[in-house]
Amino acid sequence: MADNINVEVKSVSRVEGHGDLVLNVKDKKVEKLIFRIPESPRFFEAMLVGKNWDKPSHITSRICGICSVAHTYASVKATEKALGIVPNDMILKLRKLIFHHEIVQSNVLHVYFLAAPDFLGGGSVIPLVETHPEVVNIALRLKKMANDMVRIIGGRAVHPIRTVVGGFTKLPTEEEMYQMREMLNASYADLETSLAVLKTLDLPAFERETEYISLSDSVDYAHYDGNIKSTDGWEIDPMDYLDKINEKVVEHSTAKHCWAGRDSYMVGALSRFNNNHDNLSDKAKEYAAELGLKAPCYNTFMNNIAQFVEVVHSVDDSLKLIEELLQEGMDDSRAMVEVRPQSGRGVGAVEAPRGLLIHDYTYDDEGRIEKANLIIPTNMNYGNIERDMNALVPDIIDKSEDEIRLACEMMIRAYDPCISCSTHFLDVKLVNK
Amino acid sequence: MGKPKVGVFGFTGCGGCQLEILNLEEYLLDLVGAVDLVHFTEAITEHSDDYEIALVEGSVTTEHGVERIKKIGSIANIVVAIGSCAVNGGLNCMKNLYGLDKAKELVYGDKKDWIDSIEVKPVDAYINVDYYARGCPPNRFEIVDIIRSLIVGRKPEIPNYPVCIECKRNGNTCVYELGKTCLGPITRAGCNSRCPNSVEGCDGCRGPVDDPNVNAQKDLMEEYGLSIDDMMAEFNLYNACKGKTIEQK
Repeated sequence: MADNINVEVKSVSRVEGHGDLVLNVKDKKVEKLIFRIPESPRFFEAMLVGKNWDKPSHITSRICGICSVAHTYASVKATEKALGIVPNDMILKLRKLIFHHEIVQSNVLHVYFLAAPDFLGGGSVIPLVETHPEVVNIALRLKKMANDMVRIIGGRAVHPIRTVVGGFTKLPTEEEMYQMREMLNASYADLETSLAVLKTLDLPAFERETEYISLSDSVDYAHYDGNIKSTDGWEIDPMDYLDKINEKVVEHSTAKHCWAGRDSYMVGALSRFNNNHDNLSDKAKEYAAELGLKAPCYNTFMNNIAQFVEVVHSVDDSLKLIEELLQEGMDDSRAMVEVRPQSGRGVGAVEAPRGLLIHDYTYDDEGRIEKANLIIPTNMNYGNIERDMNALVPDIIDKSEDEIRLACEMMIRAYDPCISCSTHFLDVKLVNK
Repeated sequence: MGKPKVGVFGFTGCGGCQLEILNLEEYLLDLVGAVDLVHFTEAITEHSDDYEIALVEGSVTTEHGVERIKKIGSIANIVVAIGSCAVNGGLNCMKNLYGLDKAKELVYGDKKDWIDSIEVKPVDAYINVDYYARGCPPNRFEIVDIIRSLIVGRKPEIPNYPVCIECKRNGNTCVYELGKTCLGPITRAGCNSRCPNSVEGCDGCRGPVDDPNVNAQKDLMEEYGLSIDDMMAEFNLYNACKGKTIEQK
């Protein structure tokens, strides 16, 4: 191959939002490697100022179509914390249940529609319809199951309606609870076939150890709630996130980058797995073992596998939650707890499908937002994506330009970046082209 | 029209409209079979500048976006705006209300000059739009209906009556009775009154009907002790770019 390479991929495809990849190699040395974000900023932090407490969850849900449930709950939890609202056990269980299915929907979309074409061949899911129809059908069925769960509990698959500060505006009926149980039980056959398909995939054997950060809980495989935990040995209450998590504008980069103990860290399914694998369901643990996913795992490409293992866990845990809710009974009078506006600051942290998501609101006496700060998982991953690619490219420098380009794109896609979530990406023109 | 070449394009928004297309699930393969999908960045790698129908999601909020939307307008024979952000500017327009410069400074501080961000406008501020799939998110079956209509050469039927009609048909208790605010009386139906079905007020995400009965909405608000300010706070969530037309009526 040539000693010099100039790769520029405009709009890396099969990621959510817009991102460009720029790679310059001179005399077989990486001179420049940038994942550039031209996605336009949207100023959500400005939109939130002055809004009444009942609006932020609906507004911030619109940050991202794929993780609208996660944004809704980061927002709801921040507001509830600030206003001193404590939801009851039934509300919490129902929230965890709907939360699982955004994770399932998003993980399935990524593993099958966005990442799998790299491993099964074909530029996208459309050729797979011809070559691997069974895989496409499994994906569509699992995705529909998860979306139907969100539709039943939230009133809509994208931007849920019923999940609000204080609880739910409407509860699923008992009949719907049984219907959901049936849908979940029916999904096991597809999970089993998926296991067989995923076992055949040949993932790159790339490894680079980094800091893995996620929520963590003593009992749950934390998605909806928990402390913020790092594989570097620290754990903090989300209210104190500013003590550990830093955001900065990086001159060469298009986005604000985050760092904690080291110069970059990773969030998402692999981080959750590395921190919380003990709390996975038995079946999820078994599937992880069969797929060679073992903590601590330092192979970024295994993020795809961790996403699938999470789907298995979410189905198992959903059935458990449904049994508990059915046993304890679901009473409309407990659907909402009382909300009284007051001043204060609240931080809501959740695990969006792509990783740790933080909303931080300060309210005035009348329950209107004075200040808002949002920290988005994909922002947290940018520094790590660039460092991973910088480690990957020298290893494959003797391959063709096309192969190098594909490997970099696959690396970016393994993170499942969600660029629309960008609340504050900066658009910087490249000097060296 | 035979098998039309279709491109799906994203501008400033959340990607939720494109996701609603992917969420068609059991209908997705039929849709993909009925058209020649040549561009859909969120889902496929293939991309082309040769298309007849452009489905456009998101608002135009940057100088770069203005160039892109004009190019799409020059290529496509038919442009369909999908979702509130593309149709009327949507939630993004709250940035305009806040003030562009102030918003830049609040979020980016002394780096604000690095930002390419202009006044938010809907797609039809720059190019001709033939059809609108309204809502946040849009009703995915309405998108299918528009595409199906274009293939068979029929004009898509988009309701021009208020959400209240669907809401009554669904037998809901009026959410005003429950102490909530609702823009159903002036908002265009087509969503099957999905928010009132879930015991929430309509936020007006599909925008007003062509000739909204604003006085009836005002009377209703008054009857339940709510002010014009309360109404505008709701209206401006999704319609801030069009807010003046309503206030003047």
